[in-house]
This record gives sequence, C-alpha cells and structure tokens, in this order.
Amino acid sequence: MKKNLICVSCPLGCPIEVEIENGEVVAVIGNTCKRGDSYARTEITNPMRSLTTSVKVCGGVHPVVPVKSSGPVPKGKMFDCMEAINAACAKAPVKIGDVIIKDILGLGVDIIATNCDEGK
Amino acid sequence: MKYDVAVIGAGVVGSLITRELSKYDIKVALLERCNDCAMGSTKANSAIVHAGFDAVPGTLKAKLNVRGVELMKKTCKELNVPLKNNGALVVAFSDEEIPHLNELLERGVKNGVPELRVIGKDELNELEPNIGETAVGALVAPTSSIVCPYELTIAGVENAVSNGAEFLRNCEVTAIDYVDDEFKLSTTLGEITAEYVINCAGVHSGEIASLIGDNSIEIVVRHGDYYLLDKSQGSLVSRTIFQCPSKMGKGVLVSPTVDGNLIVGPSAEDIDSGDDVATTPIGLDKIYVNAIKSVPAVSLRNAITSFSGNRAHPTSDDFIIGSSEANKKFINAAGIESPGLSSAPAIAEMVDGIINELSGGFTKKTDFDPIRPEPVRFRHMSTEERAKLIEKNKAYGRIICRCETITEGEILDAIHAPAGARDVDGVKRRTRAGMGRCQGGFCGSKVVEILARELGVEMNEITKFGGESKIMYHKTK
Amino acid sequence: MLNYDLVVVGGGPAGMAAALKAKEEGVEKIVILERAETLGGILEQCIHTGFGLHYFGEELSGPEYAGRFIEQVENTDIDVYTDTMVLNISDSNVVTAVNNKEGLMQFQAIAVVLAMGCRERPRGALSIAGSRPAGIMTAGTAQKYVNIDGYMPGKKVVILGSGDIGLIMARRMTLEGAEVKVVCELMPYSGGLTRNIVQCLDDFGIPLRLSCTVVKTHGKERLEGVTIANVDEKLQPIPGTEEYIECDTLLLSVGLIPENELSKDVGVELDRVTSGPIVDEYRETLHPGIFACGNVLQVHDLVDYVTEESQIAGKGAADYIFGKKKGGTFINTKGINGVRYIVPQRVNIEGEESLKLYFRVGQVYKGAKVVVECDGNILSSKKKVKLAPGEMENVVITPEMLKNMNENSEIVVRVEE
Repeated sequence: MKKNLICVSCPLGCPIEVEIENGEVVAVIGNTCKRGDSYARTEITNPMRSLTTSVKVCGGVHPVVPVKSSGPVPKGKMFDCMEAINAACAKAPVKIGDVIIKDILGLGVDIIATNCDEGK
Repeated sequence: MKYDVAVIGAGVVGSLITRELSKYDIKVALLERCNDCAMGSTKANSAIVHAGFDAVPGTLKAKLNVRGVELMKKTCKELNVPLKNNGALVVAFSDEEIPHLNELLERGVKNGVPELRVIGKDELNELEPNIGETAVGALVAPTSSIVCPYELTIAGVENAVSNGAEFLRNCEVTAIDYVDDEFKLSTTLGEITAEYVINCAGVHSGEIASLIGDNSIEIVVRHGDYYLLDKSQGSLVSRTIFQCPSKMGKGVLVSPTVDGNLIVGPSAEDIDSGDDVATTPIGLDKIYVNAIKSVPAVSLRNAITSFSGNRAHPTSDDFIIGSSEANKKFINAAGIESPGLSSAPAIAEMVDGIINELSGGFTKKTDFDPIRPEPVRFRHMSTEERAKLIEKNKAYGRIICRCETITEGEILDAIHAPAGARDVDGVKRRTRAGMGRCQGGFCGSKVVEILARELGVEMNEITKFGGESKIMYHKTK
Repeated sequence: MLNYDLVVVGGGPAGMAAALKAKEEGVEKIVILERAETLGGILEQCIHTGFGLHYFGEELSGPEYAGRFIEQVENTDIDVYTDTMVLNISDSNVVTAVNNKEGLMQFQAIAVVLAMGCRERPRGALSIAGSRPAGIMTAGTAQKYVNIDGYMPGKKVVILGSGDIGLIMARRMTLEGAEVKVVCELMPYSGGLTRNIVQCLDDFGIPLRLSCTVVKTHGKERLEGVTIANVDEKLQPIPGTEEYIECDTLLLSVGLIPENELSKDVGVELDRVTSGPIVDEYRETLHPGIFACGNVLQVHDLVDYVTEESQIAGKGAADYIFGKKKGGTFINTKGINGVRYIVPQRVNIEGEESLKLYFRVGQVYKGAKVVVECDGNILSSKKKVKLAPGEMENVVITPEMLKNMNENSEIVVRVEE
C-alpha cells in the first residue's frame, strides 16, 4: 500500500510517498532530509505534533507567556495537554527556556517558556 | 429624573437643538438609545452642506437649507469643527440634461441661493480636469461646503453638556404618557419626566410620535451605500460632483471629505427596517458604475471602507417641524432627510423659536459659553508645536494609531471630554484612530486597552459601539 | 539633534539583523527606533514554531527567534528606543521620532535602514456587503488578542483567506476551544505553506474551500453569520452557490501590504508589484543612503530570508557610511511569464560577488523550469518540482554571468512549462 503525505517538519513541506507492507513502513520517497524520513515513519504509526500555546503568568507584565512542548506530543493528546497547560500558571520572572510543566501527562516532554516576562 | 425639556435622539438635529436650549436656565436632557451620539443617519451620509438649489421653493427644506448654510459658518466656528467651502457642480452628461441644470438654477435663485451659474464643457474641464469625457456642462454652486457630520454632532453635544445639558446614553424611549401637564417617558434608564419633548428620532421619529398618539408622521427608510477611498484619491476632484437628480434622490456624488478622503455614493433603495444598515452588493456595484461616469479615475482598489446609512424620508416630502397635533408641547423635528445636515442649525433655531413661544420665553443663562474648545490635533501640528505639546503632557508623545498619527493624549481627551467616548467607534469618530489604511488592525487592541484602563473595566467589557458589540469574549487562561 | 551613523526604523527581525550586521562591519553609532514596547516586531505574537530552520538549523517559535537577536543587540552598544514612532524622514536623512519619555527627537543619520514591516489588508479593501458588527477583524489582530492580551476574540469562526496567518490562527483558535467552521480561499490555490494546511487545518478537520469567498456579513451588534459563495474563473461569486454559515467571528487573512508611508514621504520610489522600494543588490533604494529590508521591501514567508536580506542591507549601509559602496553600472532585472516581480530590481554588473534574485510566481506550477536569461543568452535553467505564489523562490547570479553585460542589458527571469 502506498500513502502520500506532506512533511510538516519544516516550511519546505516536501511531498512524501510512503510504502507500507503489513503495517510496516518499507520505503520513504520524496523527502529531502532525514527529518522527513522519520516524520513519515511516525506519521504512519503514531503521528506526533509540536504544541505551541500560552500559559497564564502570575505577577507578570503580560497576562500570558508563550510556551512550546520540548518535543512532539502524540497528535491525539494535544487537547489533553491544552487542558493541563490551561490549568497551570507560570510565576514571573519567566525566562526563555524555563520549564513551566515538567513531563506533561507523563509523555516525556516538558512545556517550556518561549518568551520572557520580567514581572511587575 | 425631571427635566424641563427632553430631546429624543442625539443625531445632528438633536445635538444642535440641545445646544441651542442649553443657553437657557432650564434643565435639558438629550436621550439617546445608543451608546453614543451620531449613531443613526448622522453617522453615514454624504457630509455635504448643500447650497440649497435642490429643494422646491416654498418648502421648509428650501427655507431651512438656505438659512442653515448661513448659520453653519458660525456654528462650526464656535464648535471648532472644520468646514470647507469647496463648492459643488451638478454635471449634465447629455444635451437632454441641460434643461435640468437651468431648472435647478431657477429653483436656486428662487430659494435665494447666491452665485449660481451654468457653465459649458470647456469651463467645466478647466475647473475639474478629472471629470468624465461625456460631461457637456454643469451648474456651479460656489456656496456648497463639506463638513464631517458626526464631528459636528459630537461637538454640539459636548458644548451642550459643558453648558449644563445632560446626555443620557443607552436611553431608549418605550412609552410616553401625559399626566398632570407633564410628559412621563418610560425609558431603558427608568422614568423621565419633562414639560416639553422634542422628537428628533430620525428614522424612528414616526414611532416616537405615535407614542403620544400622533400617527401623522410617515417615514420611509431610504438606504444608501457609500465607499470611502484612501487619501491618495482625495484630490481627484476639488468640488462636490453631483449628477442630475432623479426621483430617488440626488444620484451618486463624488466628493472630497474635510479629512482629505474621497467619498462616493450613495445608492438609494427603500427598505423596511430603520436599523438595517447592511451594505448590499447591488448598491455597491451601482455606485461604482455611476461614479466612474462622473470621474473615471475613481478606483475601488483604493477603497478603505464601504458603509451604508439610512435616511428618514417623509412621505410628505418635506421636513415636519412644529408642535404635534396631539400635544402642542410635543415638538416634532422629523422627516429630516437631505438637506438635513445643511439645515440642522436652522432647524435648531426654528425649534428654539417654537419652544420659547410656547413657554413664554426662557431666561438666558449668564454664563453660556458657545465655544467648544478645539481638540488637540497632533497630525496637523508643526514639529515645534508637537515638541511643546509633549513637554506639557507626555501622553501626546505616544502614537497609538500609526496610519492617522493619533496620540494617546488625544484618545484620553476623547474619553474624558464632556459626553466622551465609551467605545472603540466613539474613540474613532472623535480622534480618527482606526480610520486609516489599516482600519484599526494595529491600534484596535491598544484603543480597547486604553478604554478599559480609563473606564476601569476589563478589556472584554469594551464594545465596538455599545450593546452586544463586544470585541472579545473570555480570557484564554 | 542627535547624530548617528545609522538610524534603523523598526526593531523587528529585519531592523535588528541590519543593525547587528552594520555593527559587525564596524559602524559606531547605531540606533534602532521601534514603535512597539519591545524589540521583536510581529514575531512577538507569532508563538508557533517554524522559524529559524535555515538560519539557526533548528525550529524556533517567533519570540525565541526574535529573542536571539534581542540578546545580541543588548550585548552591543546599539541604542534602542522602544514605544517610539518615527514621524518622518527628511531629504537629508534627518529622522524625526516621538515617544512619551524623551518627547520629540531628531536624529541626523548618514544612512537609514527602513525596516517597518507590513500591515494586513483590511475588510474595506474587499467590499464585502452586509452589516458592520463587532467580530470582523484581521487574523493578525486576533493573534494579538489571543497570544499577547490573553483574550478570545470569538467562539465560532470563519476565516477568509488561506495565507499563513489565517492558517496558523485556525489552529490557535481551535486549540483554545473555538470552533473554526471553514477557511475560504478566493483563489484556486492556497496562499499559505503546504505544511500549515496539513498541521493547522487537516489535523483538526477544518475544511479549506478553494475558489470560495465571503459575500455578505450578517448581525447587528456582534457578527451572527456570513454568506459564502463559490467564485468563477474571474473570481466573481456564482449565483446560486450561496451558503449561510453561523459564526460570531470572521478573520481576514487576505494579504499583506508593505508599510511604506514613511518611504513615500521622503520620495523613495516604489515597485508597483511589491509595493516596496526599488532597491539594488545592496538593498539601497533610489534615494541615496536609504536602505530597505524585510517585509517593508517585499512580503516574505520565512523570517530566515528576512534575516539574510537584512544583513545585506546592514552591510550595504555600512559600506555607504564608510564611503566604500561600490559604484558601477546598474542594470534592471525583470520577471516575465509567470514571474511577478524580482528583488533586487537593480544589479551592479561590475559586482564581484554572487547574489540572489528573489521572486514570486503568479500561479501554481508543477515541474516547470525557472529560466534566467540576458540579451537572449540563457544564464541558468533549473527544473522545480513545484512553484507556488505562497513560496518565495530565488536564483543565483554569479560574477561570471555578469561579465558580458553592458549598461543596456536586462536580466530576465521567467517560468517555462
């Protein structure tokens, strides 16, 4: 079986053709880098996505500070992660790279701040 | 709440009437159902002070238009509202239309309009080089002017409030009783009593009159769409360019505005609801087709916005001004369609006369001040003036609207002025913040932030123009 | 009057990169004037990732990408004024700016870099019929409300235009609990990156309707719905295809316009297609000493290219300041057959270094060739898997290619199917 994907690893958006036999990926064609290859393989078995959103800051100049997942999370878990992030609160001062939630939902990735807030 | 006079409707007519009455030692309230003044027909019309050749001689429209033009200069001067005497042309596009120009000329002369004359193609092209090739001649009306109708209205209300009148927003009148020689008005703000009521409720004036059993006023809502073009188009013509009028109005005009934009419109269509101000695709198309006949260089690529307004067309075809048959202390100023803006100062003068005759003459205040101070206009200042201004108040050093160069200081002035802005559109109409090329894309959220801070509310309580026109909902976190 | 070698107007990625490059080249007195409260420009609200893959070799969010440059700027003696608006630039490069701390300031500059970015096309330019309630805004405005102010501007959303900001906001609003009903695109193709269609729309089951537009807005105070309709080849709505969609929010992502009001005031000549200044390969405009880079020059889809372009401008400005700018013979570049424009518009045929010509195509091509020629000679020809209007392309011009050209030559780039 062949499946066509668009790689979302980077803005190039390479069109990739994946050959699948008995649920196993046997060939990846069309990718222009290694990331494309691994993207295609996980996309077939367990699609993963990076998550970016914002989190409430307590005592900040701004009401919210942007965050991202330190690595991709399973696509199906995105809204669960959102729920956990929306319940959290970062304490100012916040620096880029600060871990806001460690090992979110036991997925092995952290939620880290992507901007700073020096606080009031 | 007890008043001597309750004025219903804060359009240009209600505004100038209230201002006129604020001269006297009486309690005057201006009742407005919306969150701000100038929210109905006043907000969206052609913004022209017509010379007065259009109305049928002998009508109130004719009389008040010509008188209004005379009074407008003084009114605008006192209120510090820009009025530009740019003149107007009615253009004929075929030889068959030439007699029409002569007819208008004759009418104008009868109405007392000065300096009118008909010119041929050559002189027309000299006056306005961008006029369409098919034009064969025009009527020239040098006394025609342009003014911003909501700026005039806001200034009028501000001046009235400074002189003691009260401006009651979100105050919709739902019933009126007359007991013990007093009107009792049921409103969304509670009961208001007044000895006199003045009805200037625009497209709703028929409904307001019927609340006291006066069913004589029949209003048809006439809908018009407009385009507003970028300032790069503002100098395509220097005069207001009319086409020969038809049954439905004065046709499509092309005119510069006092702010340097170009306004094109209106279409004309009778509709059912006075509150439906949606533009229509057909209306917008019609404007374009007609506008390029007058000025072929008009390009909609430079449109910064389109909008529409409703005009209160009285089936009687003339303004309805005077005591109601049902109760002489209820004074109508209704059916004010074009030339309503032009006539507004004269309507105020006339209503002033009527109410003084009924009351036996109100006592004048000794401290009435007709002057509304000129608002700070950073964009019109020289570098030196700007530097001085910011030295006095740092808020004028923070630019909020980058397209129109509007400062935080001006926005604070607009919010804290008498009858000041309470919503984003109110700030926009008072300062022009959000009126430029990006239409509030950048400054919109800053204006919301400033309004929330100054009014002491959360950002999500700020509206675009009152009511449910909220800009944002809940906090994300 | 404050004296500076270089005044940079705008402290987004373009302005910062230009200033840093000029500093690196040895320019002493540099100032960045930024209208927002912080440096970073529009990146501050672009909290999604996808920035920096070319330049840093890693995937960063907007604030992270900006943060790296902000840090570098802070580690130099480049002066920065934030919350400061430039009011005008004089013919002799005097920049007048204003803020609420220092008041009115005038900077005498030897060179000026324009890096004001761009703005979103508003509704007015579209003439959508209907009412004007609250709830109609550009995607970028909504992005600021959600990501900076922390407020939701809507619950049920229709997006008009499939530019990247529109796509990104479809996902962002969805993640925050809104229901994005549809993304309508007037053209038969999307103006956004393919990856964004996949991860912002497909992932959440949001339909993308091509050749479809909003023809009417409904609702008195807050938006209550929109009527959408399919369009024909001439982009005109097809009667009978109208469909009412209930929504409280309409986000517009219908194009970006370089913000060149300051440039126009000082007399910088603009390209009619890009709406940005006409520049040479050093990114100098036709007004001596005034350079331009970033979205004020041409709308970019990747910030990495903005950085690259801005470094060229920073280097150009430094050379100008030191009187080292190369004179020479400048010829025009021209895009034909599907190539809508080329930046730079002018190239020095006596130049000694390779340069890139950036361009965009007017429609989607598959397997077409990009051909560069001059005076009838083909200089290069390269087959491309895909060319799309949403993605900026470039071709390389080497000094060897320029050798046989004269002042009447013209470098032409075209698509060959």
